[in-house]
Amino acid sequence: MSTADTLQGFKRDGRVVIVGASLAGLRAAEALRDEGFTGKLTMIGDELGEPYDRPPLSKQVLTGWVPADGTTLPRRRDIDAEWLLGVPADGLDLANNHVRLADGRTVPFDRMLISTGVRARPWPVEAEAALDGVFVVRTREDAAGLQRAVAAGPSRVLIIGAGFTGSEIASVCRERDIPVTVAELAPSPLVGGLGAMIGEIAADMQRAHGVDLRCGVKVTQLEGDAQGRVRRAHFSDGSTVDADVVVVALGGIRNTEWLRDSGLAVGVWGVACDAGCRAFDLNGLVTDDIFVAGDVARSPNPMYEYRFISLEHWANAVEQAEIAAHNMVSTQANRWPHLSIPTFWSIQFGVNIKSVGVPTYADEVVVTQGSVADHRFVAAYGYQGRVTAAVSFNNAKWLDHYRQLIERAAPFPPPCPTPDQPLDAKPVPVDFPGPTLLAQGATVVVTGHDPGERRVTAMRQHR
Amino acid sequence: MTTTETPDILPRILDYSNRADPYPLYAELRKTPVALQEDGSYVISTYRELSGILHDPHLSSDVRNLTHPMPAMEERATPSFINLDPPEHDRLRRLAMRHFGPPHTPGLVTGMEPDLTAIVAGLIDDFAGKQRIDIVDDFAYPFPVTVICHLLGVPREDEPRFHVWVNAIIDSIDFNPKTDPQEKLDNGVQATKDLRHYLGGLLEQRHGRPGDDLLTRLANDDGPDGRMTDAEIVSTANLLLIAGHETTVNLITNGMLTLLRRPDVLQRLRAEPDLVVRLVEELLRYEPPVHIIPWRAAYSDISVGDTVIPKGSKIMLMLASGSRDPERFHDPDRFDPDRRDNQHLGFGSGIHLCFGGPMARLETQIALTALVRRLADPTLVTDPPPYRPSPVLRGPIHLLVDQN
Repeated sequence: MSTADTLQGFKRDGRVVIVGASLAGLRAAEALRDEGFTGKLTMIGDELGEPYDRPPLSKQVLTGWVPADGTTLPRRRDIDAEWLLGVPADGLDLANNHVRLADGRTVPFDRMLISTGVRARPWPVEAEAALDGVFVVRTREDAAGLQRAVAAGPSRVLIIGAGFTGSEIASVCRERDIPVTVAELAPSPLVGGLGAMIGEIAADMQRAHGVDLRCGVKVTQLEGDAQGRVRRAHFSDGSTVDADVVVVALGGIRNTEWLRDSGLAVGVWGVACDAGCRAFDLNGLVTDDIFVAGDVARSPNPMYEYRFISLEHWANAVEQAEIAAHNMVSTQANRWPHLSIPTFWSIQFGVNIKSVGVPTYADEVVVTQGSVADHRFVAAYGYQGRVTAAVSFNNAKWLDHYRQLIERAAPFPPPCPTPDQPLDAKPVPVDFPGPTLLAQGATVVVTGHDPGERRVTAMRQHR
Repeated sequence: MTTTETPDILPRILDYSNRADPYPLYAELRKTPVALQEDGSYVISTYRELSGILHDPHLSSDVRNLTHPMPAMEERATPSFINLDPPEHDRLRRLAMRHFGPPHTPGLVTGMEPDLTAIVAGLIDDFAGKQRIDIVDDFAYPFPVTVICHLLGVPREDEPRFHVWVNAIIDSIDFNPKTDPQEKLDNGVQATKDLRHYLGGLLEQRHGRPGDDLLTRLANDDGPDGRMTDAEIVSTANLLLIAGHETTVNLITNGMLTLLRRPDVLQRLRAEPDLVVRLVEELLRYEPPVHIIPWRAAYSDISVGDTVIPKGSKIMLMLASGSRDPERFHDPDRFDPDRRDNQHLGFGSGIHLCFGGPMARLETQIALTALVRRLADPTLVTDPPPYRPSPVLRGPIHLLVDQN
């Protein structure tokens, strides 16, 4: 039988399992049906309930504009799937092509998609994390709980971590005139994603809106009262703050532990895959039947020297899902690469922040349009003399232009004057805290090891 | 991409005799995506190049950045935001948007729906007993004029006065020093002054008075950006008054003409009113009311493909041509209300994306749905109908229809 016949047979009667029933999983399922897959489709998810959208959780849901259960993702079409919800997947057996569930069941497949995403990084001290009033924000339940706590009018909210989620939550609290303290280990908010210059602007914004912003400090202890409610936080500089709501916004952990013994190239940074979303095994061999999409995927991007990049962006999840679904049901010659330029947005303190490209892939940054003082500007990022990313504050309509500059590796800084350009704008070092991962020559990345370790373990599995 | 002089295509497009069907000429024009003209200006006609330059911060909307400024522009007072660059453009547009749309004024456009439906119904009621109707004079013109007057707070009964001025201003937009008498330009300049004077008079009465219309709100409301000056309010009102009806009249008329030429689509719209949303989008691609952005300026050298347009050059953007580009749209000369991939240039793109787009969409959706529902067996009297002179704001001057 020819490959094409085999593929036709698979499209007609095959079995596809999607592990991870959130945005990427749902969109992949819809795309599979759009592509004409009529076989058996099984969706596995650890949460109960239909797939929902996450961006509103730190925005409209927290303000109370949208109830947490009002974020169910719209269905673009009927996907006619078997749903196995409320039970996480626990293992993957590549020798026998089945997924193991935590309750002991096994689900066989011909092809599978891994879209298990990211979970919230919890507060590391379990007893303190369990205090009443301590929240993370990842799931719909998290957001509903935090919304209730914020609506009850707390005397102060402490937010640990000033990344995008932490900053958005701080913004919502200030809108409601709730006193807010933000604690950030780095020198300023957003600095890990956007660098020092934007970080300083973000710090100004927070302070201008009355946030008690404390940077360069670590929260050392959360203290509860006799009733088990959180009351106070202690900082590494010896200071304290009294707060009755604490939001732990320390980023996420990729849900890959269940794949540890699968033989796939899996690590803390996700599951490595090629540009067509096909998973790599531990030795860097591409698999035929295992695909990866969304926050948990790490794939090489030709725009960024084929570095393996994982992105926790909404648009990335959708795009990879569609590419993975297409490639699952396509012959070699008809497969698509995932080549799009990442985009990301956030809304905080009345400012719409949007980016194109990968701002962490940069050594310099320059304000090209607008005014930093007015919090409306565009900043272009460059790496070794070419444009690699751009970020806008209340100026998003220009970003299509910068996307084109990134696509054609236009010179950095962009040379020609434009109207509304700051006269004194000069490129400055982008200055990310810690080792700048993407700007290093990554060598051993396929298995998910830290390239700083410079090690590799040869594995051969006898199946 | 090659830049060559195309001495004859653009004049033929601008020539009135080709007004009824400029599309074959656009196809010819697109063979040279960036076409240098004899006078040193550049004409851009392909989708990719148009959408690129519309997002290019080196493109200026302020004609004062032209090496050879437009003659008509010299007499103008405070420009409206359509002719300004950031930061002034952004500030004025933001101040105006405060009273027109989200986040500060959500639901304004959708809230107009009952009024729009009533105005449309009233105009169609007047068709009763008439065998022959002019879709333009009897419907497509009075409808948006009534709406924009109400929205701005301009007395509807003053329409005969400002109609003359608006006509003179629209005429002067197309001014061509080679063929047009200076008188046409002078009329436009005078009409601009008269219209501003008229709007200034209305504005004077609004200060310190409560009211819901845009003029009153602009005159009295302070937001985070402060308040517009009176000259800025007059410029903004001037822009919204003209753009608020001179374009919609063409969109509605072009829409009705398109439907009359395709009775199958007309029948379908009658049977499936929900089709109107996508149908109007397709109309904005296929027969848009604004065909050309006639004057933009290169603020500094602009690279378009492998062409460098020198600083100070005049740039003409052929939006309607871009929306018919086969490199971007499948079978672009086919009117297909089911088209899904339809990111047309009907409202432009980038920071100058049509301010009134949401309202124009709703007006046209309501107008076309009501017309096809209530006109009994309409037939087109002349095809093609006579066109208005302008190649920029293109549409029939009359559209005679017989109903049975």
